[in-house]
Amino acid sequence: MISSSSNILPHFHSDHSLLWGLRFLALIAGSLLLLIVMFLLQESWPAFQHVGLRSFFTDEGWHPSEDLYLLTPMLWGTLWASLGSIMLAAPLGIGSAVFIQYYAPSFLAKPYRRLIELLAGIPSVVFGLWGLVVLVPLIARWQPPGPSLLAGILILFLMILPTITLVVQASLAQIPVSVIHHATALGLSRWSMIRSVILPTAKAGIFTGLFLGVARALGETMAILMVCGNVVQSPSHLFDPIRTLTANIALEVAYALGTHRSTLFVSGLLLMAMIVVFVVMAEGFRHREANAHTK
Amino acid sequence: MLTQSKGIQEQCSTWIVWGSAILIALSFLSLLGDLLWHGWAQLSWSFVFSPPQNAGREGGIGPILLSTGLIVGICMAIALPIGLGTAIFLAEYTQGHHRFGRLIRGSLDVLAGVPSIVFGLFGNALFCQALGLGFSILSGGLTLACMVLPIIIRTTEESFRAITFDQRFSAAALGFSRSTTVGCILLPAAMPGLLAGSLLGLGRAMAETAALIFTSGYVDRMPESLLDSGRALSIHIYDLAMNVAGGNPNAYATALVLVGLLLIINFSASWMAEKWTTLNQLPT
Repeated sequence: MISSSSNILPHFHSDHSLLWGLRFLALIAGSLLLLIVMFLLQESWPAFQHVGLRSFFTDEGWHPSEDLYLLTPMLWGTLWASLGSIMLAAPLGIGSAVFIQYYAPSFLAKPYRRLIELLAGIPSVVFGLWGLVVLVPLIARWQPPGPSLLAGILILFLMILPTITLVVQASLAQIPVSVIHHATALGLSRWSMIRSVILPTAKAGIFTGLFLGVARALGETMAILMVCGNVVQSPSHLFDPIRTLTANIALEVAYALGTHRSTLFVSGLLLMAMIVVFVVMAEGFRHREANAHTK
Repeated sequence: MLTQSKGIQEQCSTWIVWGSAILIALSFLSLLGDLLWHGWAQLSWSFVFSPPQNAGREGGIGPILLSTGLIVGICMAIALPIGLGTAIFLAEYTQGHHRFGRLIRGSLDVLAGVPSIVFGLFGNALFCQALGLGFSILSGGLTLACMVLPIIIRTTEESFRAITFDQRFSAAALGFSRSTTVGCILLPAAMPGLLAGSLLGLGRAMAETAALIFTSGYVDRMPESLLDSGRALSIHIYDLAMNVAGGNPNAYATALVLVGLLLIINFSASWMAEKWTTLNQLPT
């Protein structure tokens, strides 16, 4: 926008008030994050004081009524479910982005992309409903009881797949045509071109997509609450029911009081810290990609 | 020999890519098909407008639809002015290395990644307890407003930035004040982008469950004021599926209504966005 310190244009009073109004609104929007962190800290302070950081990892179990607050089973639940889903969604998400961009005939590419966009907008509670009614009985027939880590992984996989596919595909679409022309002129086959030219070029975009996917998986609540069984235990295999940090919060905040409630805010804080790390990394890669394209 | 193994590799990769695409499409189509198959049978006008009975096993979703509308309405009424103002500030008054602008943009990027359950915790602590609003439609709407703010700001800022500089130069040359330029020239030009952003935010707010469970509450009666607890569509689905035995048919029907509404919202958003790009490509 045009601006100069000694403006030759006439000064309008309305401009001045507009700028201050806008600054005020921007300040509200910008300080929201700080406000959230402050409230989480304030609410979790009693737990840090009365229970202490160590007890979250060394107590004998999660029994809030007996003042035992072991968070590790939920932490493992969250980590295993997210890890499993990203291991499935990374290859398939990148694969379907490559499919849209380089394999699908044009009459298929657009509807396929629309389908993925559509799924990115489906609420998590609907995924959860489908998981509960279709997926869980299917798993139960194979390996009872049914609600399990596996069900959680599969549902999370379906939910983060659209995120990864859309971000990676957008980044593939940004690759200059000249890169593809050069690769073709070198006589590379389609697959060699994708593997050794396209994917390395789109590396930043791919990492953005993957990190956003992980962040979404870590924070997902409703679907995983509905299909995982919510038993507090560290899972020993795929068919064990688990409870994640998010599910624990959603199940207990409504009636939790005192230190118990405060502990739930601690787990919220923990969750937020993990996710912020991934989001910041994703944004870093996004900026790197944007800079690469403007050069 | 080399070319032969390359040929095999090429063929294998083609099969794998097509196979995974088909697998993904099938699993998604089965999800949508299942929703349509189970939901359609229950759906009728009386279902949409009548109140739930017997914990939701029978009856409809009338009051729930109204509560959802109120929650989302409050959310947009709060988020839109703040979002629009911030977007205008970021796009028109902060250059690339403006420190205040960068700080706000960074904080909004992080805010966009904060999971909805954490927004729920925050809303519960601030609106329900610190401000004393309790489990109410107002608390839920305010919580959602915090959540959709980054989405609205990002889309709107982009649409302001996409307006050519010629328009701003011409306005300045005509001696317009900055506020006139923003209000009468830039805002109308950025309107489709603003609408698309608002619709995306609206869709996100309507799909939300985790942030509402302990801010707007569970009560499924007809809300009488904004301080009443009200149950959103997504929470109704959750409750019917998890806590009510035999609630699945109505859960499916509610899910179908919700997905239908979201489809309308999302398609109008992408239609808006497309219209806006073609408008901006026209020679002026």
